[in-house]
Amino acid sequence: MQVTRRQITSALAALPLLPMIGSCGAQNGDGLTIWAMGNEAASLPALLKSLDLPAGAQNVTVQPLPWTAAHEKLLTGFAGNALPTIGQVGNSWIAEMAAIGAIEPVPASAHALLDDQFAAVVDTNRIAGQTWAVPWYVDTRLQFYRKDMFARAGYEAPPLDWAGWKAALNRVKAAAGDGNYAVLLPVNEFEQLLTIALSAGARLLRDRNARGAFSDPAFKAALAFYKSLFDEKLAPVVSATQISNIWNEFARGFFSIFTSGPWTIGDMKRRLPAALQDKWGTAPNPGPNGVGSAAPGGSSLVVFAGTKSPDAAWDLVARLLAPSAQLKFHQLTGDLPARRAVWREAGLVSDPVVAPFATQLEHATALPKVPEWERIVTEMQIVAERMVRGQYGIDEAAAEIDRRADRLLEKRRWMLDKGLAL
Amino acid sequence: MSAVRRIREARAGWAMSSPALAAIALFFVFPAIASLFLSFTDFDIYALANLDNLRFVGFQNYARLIENPLFWKAMTNTLLFVAVGTPFIVALSLFAAMLVNSRWLKWRPLWRVALFAPYVTTLVATAVVWRYLLHTRYGLVNYLLSLIGIPPIDWLGSPNASLPAILIFVGWKTFGYNMIIFLAALQTVPRELDEAARIDGAGWWTRLRHVTLPAIAPTALLVSVLTVAGMFQLFAEPYVMTQGGPAQSTVTILYFMYEEGFKWWNLGSGAAVAFLLFLCILAVTLVQLRLARRGGAI
Amino acid sequence: MSARHWTVTLLAALVALLTIAPLLWMLSVSFMAPGEAAQFPPPLLPADPSLANYRTLFSTFGIGRFLANSILVSTLATILALIFTIPAGYAFAKLRFTGRDATFRLLVAALVVPGQIGMLPLFLELKAMGLVNSYAGALVPWLAGIFGIFLVRQYCLSIPDEMLEAARIDGASEGQILRRIVLPILAPIIVTLALFVFLGSWNDFMWPLIILADQQLYTLPVALAAMSREHVQDNELMMAGAVVTTLPVLILFLALQRFYLTGLLTGSVKG
Repeated sequence: MQVTRRQITSALAALPLLPMIGSCGAQNGDGLTIWAMGNEAASLPALLKSLDLPAGAQNVTVQPLPWTAAHEKLLTGFAGNALPTIGQVGNSWIAEMAAIGAIEPVPASAHALLDDQFAAVVDTNRIAGQTWAVPWYVDTRLQFYRKDMFARAGYEAPPLDWAGWKAALNRVKAAAGDGNYAVLLPVNEFEQLLTIALSAGARLLRDRNARGAFSDPAFKAALAFYKSLFDEKLAPVVSATQISNIWNEFARGFFSIFTSGPWTIGDMKRRLPAALQDKWGTAPNPGPNGVGSAAPGGSSLVVFAGTKSPDAAWDLVARLLAPSAQLKFHQLTGDLPARRAVWREAGLVSDPVVAPFATQLEHATALPKVPEWERIVTEMQIVAERMVRGQYGIDEAAAEIDRRADRLLEKRRWMLDKGLAL
Repeated sequence: MSAVRRIREARAGWAMSSPALAAIALFFVFPAIASLFLSFTDFDIYALANLDNLRFVGFQNYARLIENPLFWKAMTNTLLFVAVGTPFIVALSLFAAMLVNSRWLKWRPLWRVALFAPYVTTLVATAVVWRYLLHTRYGLVNYLLSLIGIPPIDWLGSPNASLPAILIFVGWKTFGYNMIIFLAALQTVPRELDEAARIDGAGWWTRLRHVTLPAIAPTALLVSVLTVAGMFQLFAEPYVMTQGGPAQSTVTILYFMYEEGFKWWNLGSGAAVAFLLFLCILAVTLVQLRLARRGGAI
Repeated sequence: MSARHWTVTLLAALVALLTIAPLLWMLSVSFMAPGEAAQFPPPLLPADPSLANYRTLFSTFGIGRFLANSILVSTLATILALIFTIPAGYAFAKLRFTGRDATFRLLVAALVVPGQIGMLPLFLELKAMGLVNSYAGALVPWLAGIFGIFLVRQYCLSIPDEMLEAARIDGASEGQILRRIVLPILAPIIVTLALFVFLGSWNDFMWPLIILADQQLYTLPVALAAMSREHVQDNELMMAGAVVTTLPVLILFLALQRFYLTGLLTGSVKG
């Protein structure tokens, strides 16, 4: 019997060992860890080296996350108390991170970092009266267009008011010939309709962001404008996956405008044929009466809640946001700097392809700051696609989006009632 | 004396089995049952941060899943994997087993190990390898096809080719396992029977249908049960090779559960998916077991 | 007669070659220079074989750490699984105790239930225990190995009762019987079980992906999956990573294949 007992004891003795194995590695001692994504993570080590951190400063480790797995890693890290000190967080995730208490608000000492930034971007990070993250680089979406096609239609650039813009598209389509269109609005992507809605001044959500406001006149006007582009055959009814190669189609004139962000500039230079290189340009989005709006994008730096040395963390964030560091960061990654002084220093204001992004960012509007937003906007597009395909009229589509948004926001309303939501 | 011994034996029995039983109860049975309860709550990222945000919602998670087109897409994809993949893999395995079992084969153990090897390789690693093998322009697969005049196929980029592409990989990875099971069954088929049929002038196909297949029917059933269960559990393959794309054509039910649970942290809804997955597997297994019992197998 | 031999053997050789071709190609490409494999027609052998990719993996990507993690996790999983399942399997086969048969029937029924069912609650349970993002969290599923108990029990059933009875009459305790008589007989199935658990935990992906958040703790498959998303275009480097990930288990299998294949047959013929 003794041996049996020993057998059992050894097995049970292994159990308390588990937490011990658990504890090693969960925290990697001294030093700061930054979680960053993709291109930014790849450039961070070089950027940090150029910072000349003071002697005796903590060791900084960069842990790269793939963009496609970043969101789940942030949440798993939160669930497992495994978040590092500093993180790069996509601006659209800030609301969620703040709502669950994963990040620290920006302290007063770091507020100077928010000066000299684009207002709409900073606004994106302001929730419940506090700023939660410091914008690191910015982006937004605007029009990429074929200069030669517009010239053929008699325009130097796309007009910036809806009526003029649509008239120009009609002439571009005529110039492009049979079987071709003027603009690409993939029916499975929400960004295009969202841009039109923001340009129309739609508020999107109402009642402390707890209900959809998609039946507002402004949003219905956006829906009607969006739908008319398909009805008048200015845009093909296709989803992004049906366009096998967007560069080829753009080059052969299947469409002469599409909407995208600054990351596309490099692709254009790489993938368009040499003959077309001086024949494309960028322009701000059109609005009902002049320059339209757009959603501000990009990433911010956050300090995660419960970090041992928040002062050191904010100090490092400040160093990463210093104009010289921002300039170096732009050179390393090509990302557009968050601080506007650096735009001048880097010569971006005089770059004809990049400068419209600054204009657009000045005319940007922060999106509703609720964690449910990404799912709401996905539902919005599912309904909009059906509307384009003829399943809904405009009023019905607006009501249907409201219904779906309200359902997604049901929990938020309950939490607001109980005083649990931000 | 014997009563004392019996008590001792019983005590030893419990003592030896209880650690394992405790672990199973704690880490397998309890979570499985808890999953059912979780599926009736709205456990989400808010509840993870603060349990005050947890509510009992009855069948709401199930009702919403039924309305969710992506859930149905995942369901249809998974059933497609089951319906197309199971016959494909079972046939492939049987072919390999018969080849290795052939009486004219030399160096049998060598071929057996070679055909089995993919099964023990690391799934993630070989999925990465196959992602390159299936590359549209530089992949070996399209190169071999080009030799017989077939134009390049966009295996992982086209919604129509992605499912066959993953099935080819899964088939390559798992047929060795089924082959070993078939091989054991084939070795019990009396050679004399086959020989007698051959002397009677029965061709290869006739002998397969009337001698071999009836003898290994129970095994074929076992193999198909295992393959179906495996098809329901595809996850790493789409995660590594296609991330569910293109156009959600490779989102499997388990991949959907992972995204629902660990990407969006809708644990309540994810648990509902898990429970539905369990019901599917249970249903298929029961049907197959009933067939087996009717056929007198197992 | 001989012609038949050759036809069948040649066919088998061809099928075998096709089967292991992906693995050979993986090995070959891992020795190529960056970008060399991205050509048409795809080259089969490196023009100038080098270990540069492996050097990059170990120096820049720290794959040594992930390799060590994988070895640690798989070894611990194997040891723990053996400690938990062998006594239980033996007890279910040979010791009479109340509730034994009912419990065992329940266990067999539970074999149908896939482990993924309880994954989400298990995560919450481990979070409550403070084991999320730890090796312990990654090991937990291997403690609850019903299949191992089943395998050991099957094997134990063939031990003659008289042998155990004789030992009891000689005054041996149940524990001594397990250790001195049963374990030596079980040696082959222990090797089989150890091999199953080791390979299983080495190749496991979904659970470590969920439970390990910190890169320092990643096992090879999790690390490789993350790397391959970031470095899609680095074909040759990823092949080297795949080799590092899969070669250890492949070698282990080839060395001990006899145990693996017999065990597989014992296990697949369900009760």
